[in-house]
Amino acid sequence: MSLKVVIPTPLRKFTAGAETVEVQAATVEEVLANLDSKYPGFRASVCDETGALRRFINIYLDGEDVRFLENLATPVADGAEIAIVPAISGG
Amino acid sequence: MSFVKGLKCRECGREYPVKLLAGCEDCFGPLEADYHYEAIAKKLTRDALSSRPKTIWKYWELLPLESEPKIGLSTGGTPLVRAERLGRKLGIDNLYLKNDSVNCPTLSFKDRVTAVAINKALEFKLQAVGCASTGNLANSVAANAAAAGLPSFILIPDNLEPSKVAATQIFGSRVIAVKGNYDAVNRLCSQIVDRYPWGFVNVNLRPFYAEGSKTIGYEVAEQLGWHAPDAIVVPMAGGAMISKIYKGLKELQRLGLISENERTRLYGAQAAGCNPIIDAVRRGTRDIRPVKPNTIAKSLAIGNPADGYYAASLIPESGGWAEDCTDDELVAGIQLLAETEGIFTETAGGVTVAVAQKLVEQGRIKQTDLTVLAITGNGLKTLEALDLAPPQAIEPKLAAFEEVFGGAYHVA
Repeated sequence: MSLKVVIPTPLRKFTAGAETVEVQAATVEEVLANLDSKYPGFRASVCDETGALRRFINIYLDGEDVRFLENLATPVADGAEIAIVPAISGG
Repeated sequence: MSFVKGLKCRECGREYPVKLLAGCEDCFGPLEADYHYEAIAKKLTRDALSSRPKTIWKYWELLPLESEPKIGLSTGGTPLVRAERLGRKLGIDNLYLKNDSVNCPTLSFKDRVTAVAINKALEFKLQAVGCASTGNLANSVAANAAAAGLPSFILIPDNLEPSKVAATQIFGSRVIAVKGNYDAVNRLCSQIVDRYPWGFVNVNLRPFYAEGSKTIGYEVAEQLGWHAPDAIVVPMAGGAMISKIYKGLKELQRLGLISENERTRLYGAQAAGCNPIIDAVRRGTRDIRPVKPNTIAKSLAIGNPADGYYAASLIPESGGWAEDCTDDELVAGIQLLAETEGIFTETAGGVTVAVAQKLVEQGRIKQTDLTVLAITGNGLKTLEALDLAPPQAIEPKLAAFEEVFGGAYHVA
């Protein structure tokens, strides 16, 4: 499955400044694994030492927070868009 | 001279100079302003404070600005009302209301955070400002941006109360209704800030913005004659205000302005239709499970609260608790406050009153506790939450009046 990943500014240090990257993956977990093999250190930036998503980072699959789906195990379809977005304050 | 040392990540401790930044570049944790407290302690004495005008700027040394504020000069200094009649109804002898429903310029506590953020935007010489908002912040950013002569971009969920939308548009803001809830608006704003050179008060101005809420803690303590309350009930949306009030009280202790022995129990209030922080406190954890909001308390309808983790940590640590209420209960809370104290609050204030009532019933707030309720917004902004019958119409004749009210001659 080929899909697009939207990279926020703080993580573009890994992607040579690219705002979006294409990856092949079947789950959100694989998206992170594949990004990490392409850009070493990427996964450790968005996940803590237990492997779970960091508290202040959200991942959206086609606009839906993956925590409402199956978290990192959420399957991804061909052509889907994954957005990695840091949490922002209330308002 | 500014007393700000810099910004510090609340999670990993990494330090940053003062700059436009949404969060920690390593771990995405929120950034806190850090200050030269020893120098502040020399300047900020009770005597010095007593002669300053009653606005948030009397605590300027504890706010993250480099220069004198240019806008929002009347913000803060709202009344702390001794609420004997409501206290009797709730069963609290020493009840006070921090009445931010009359804050300047837009009648909510958000004027505090916005005043700091828009002044900071002026210091950074930004071209435009904006925010993601559930309504009150929208009003406040729009008004303060207008006063500062800055264009503003305000993004709101597409289901907000009409009065909150109008009270944003009137200031000439570009108001954008996003199809979805606040959490969707938030996500979009985070992406906009990545691409546009603007200051969004709750995104890349957040470290400065959030500090404005501390002034509630400062004012309450000063208005109580330099005492911390035993208990404070605070409505929660993103969860930032409650932990900033706590930070404010801790800072006053550090500066020697209130006794180190005084402890305030924090009580968080949410609507049952959007209660992710309450849920975490009840489960005895700090990990927030996001929810899809479904409540008329739209100003509190944040299903994925960015500061929920800290709120859910501090509340039990302080010896407090978190409770929720239904939409019917919050409307009854609005009514009760209005009828007992003559203060008309919005839905969030109704949540605070209704939850305070529950906390007393549960024995968590004691009759003798010096208790403060944070009344954070004005009822004129959420009229549609109320279901009031239209007033009875009569002919302009005394007989017509007497037909209806004649029996009320000796009304108590």
